[in-house]
Amino acid sequence: MKIIVCVKQVPDTAATMSVENGIISWGDAPLIINPWDEYAVEAALNLVADQGGDVTALCLGKEGETEAIKHALAMGADTAVMVSDPALKGLDNVSASRVLAAAIEKIGDADLVLFGQQSVDTDTGLLPVQVARVLGWPSLTLVSKFESIAADDGKIQVLRTMEEGGQVVDAPLPAVVSVTKDYAEPRYPSFMGIRKASKAEFPKWGLADLGIEAPTSSVSWPEVLEPEQKEIVTEIIPGDTPEEKAQNLVDKLIAEKVL
Amino acid sequence: MTKKILAYIDHFHGKAQPSSWEGVGLAAAIAGDSGGEVAALVLGEGIGELAEAAIHHGADQVFLAEDPILKDFRPEPLADMIKKAAESYQPDLILFPTTTRGRTLAGMAAVDLNTGVMVDVIDLDWSGDEIIATRPIYAGKLLAKLVCSTTPQIITLRTRAFDKPEPDTGRTGTVTALEVGLDPGAVTTSIASIKEKAEGISLSDASVIVSGGRGVALNPSLEAPGDLDEEAADVWRAEQGFALVGELADVLGAAVGASRAAVDAGYIIYDHQVGQTGKVVSPDLYIACGISGAIQHLAGMRSSKVIVAINKDQDAPIFNFARFGVVGDMHAILPPLTEALKAYLNQ
Repeated sequence: MKIIVCVKQVPDTAATMSVENGIISWGDAPLIINPWDEYAVEAALNLVADQGGDVTALCLGKEGETEAIKHALAMGADTAVMVSDPALKGLDNVSASRVLAAAIEKIGDADLVLFGQQSVDTDTGLLPVQVARVLGWPSLTLVSKFESIAADDGKIQVLRTMEEGGQVVDAPLPAVVSVTKDYAEPRYPSFMGIRKASKAEFPKWGLADLGIEAPTSSVSWPEVLEPEQKEIVTEIIPGDTPEEKAQNLVDKLIAEKVL
Repeated sequence: MTKKILAYIDHFHGKAQPSSWEGVGLAAAIAGDSGGEVAALVLGEGIGELAEAAIHHGADQVFLAEDPILKDFRPEPLADMIKKAAESYQPDLILFPTTTRGRTLAGMAAVDLNTGVMVDVIDLDWSGDEIIATRPIYAGKLLAKLVCSTTPQIITLRTRAFDKPEPDTGRTGTVTALEVGLDPGAVTTSIASIKEKAEGISLSDASVIVSGGRGVALNPSLEAPGDLDEEAADVWRAEQGFALVGELADVLGAAVGASRAAVDAGYIIYDHQVGQTGKVVSPDLYIACGISGAIQHLAGMRSSKVIVAINKDQDAPIFNFARFGVVGDMHAILPPLTEALKAYLNQ
């Protein structure tokens, strides 16, 4: 089966974020694969190990934003495609999904498109459903388990999580799936994998390659700001014994009307 | 001007997600200022009571579509129905709660209606010519202000960011049945089974959260059963620690949270993780037990109104964000804390 995994490059989650002259900055924090995407790559590799086939990592981003692709290749993805074009500035999520859908169609013959559940930068979690909607495929979001998959018969059964628990869904292939952290721990790239990825060549497609115009975005971000830091005065609860400290804390919470 | 507002009511088999009513309440507030009207959209089967509830929470009219095809959560037919409703009602603004279903359907609606969607919004300014939405990015380390240049504008509201209106059972409104007319043969997905989890308080809805970190396993006075290997003994000790967290949570009617360190160590399932790669929460009271306060965890909870930190390391970063700090071993503090709270709350 043919699987496409969509991955994104983001600043490390340990980064301290700031805004300088209206531009988002993560200081000297490293750039990494979106941590959620590692679960999708892991799932793709396991499915292909079981069913046969190959995995393509697909990334939409600015030129040179290749950390996510390199990590996916190092984990074991077979090939990669980078989509980048200077005309794709300030894309909103609907527009990004249209570009990704065009790239998925150009790659062609995918049985499954996998995403992480969301990216840790913009946190929308919308691309999996929107790409599916643009392609006209079923969207199976927040999947923690692949119950069964039969690529030859074009069928998949997954466990999708919801607030109330989960539901087991049957769907035809091709389909779009977003994978949650419950799926399985992602593997670490091997030394050989990292070496292979560092030398890997992969195509870079612009809008002309995809045969589309730059989509018009509806949503724009006129302003990004750092949240106001609440002035917090920490009060250390006194007491000689745990019992005293516990009682003093309760008294404080009552006095401040927290309870 | 925002004249027509459509609020989507998210529910599971007729049981509403409470944040749906926050959307109806916000819609009523906007309509009150702009002289507009509030409609609610209720899709499912056997869910007429939700239409009444929507009116009680502030809707002037309800569009109700009932059909077996809409009973389970299958995004495709639900999104088709939302598109039909939006094309006939022509709202200026559609509000969804940021639940798993609301997020999915809002994203699809934006594609279907060729417009934009602003997700997980925590603040909305409708006083000017255009609506300005504020949403956290980078798990709340930064805030973005967003505008949408096309209609309908679609917004999902973060749970607990907007006030929940008190239902007024005397309120009246109209209920309009929508013709469904979707082709069941065109729906390609089916639900094989449903695994409902035990009813508990969800992290997103909770007004109080008690969380445990790596410290839950660090109780030196606890002797693990001899037949366990080191890793299993560690998890066993953590389970005893989380039992203390759970007892405190029970007394407070709170949800149980956890740090990524505790989840990664296998002490508790991922469902409970608070932080940048878990859930972002903002309860009235957040009690962090044995959590040092990594930046990823802080990103997920620092907008809580009051933070209490219990940690034996007085230099733990969590204390810089806490209103109240207790320096001490959580295993020693939690039992008397639970007892003292029980005594107060039983008064």
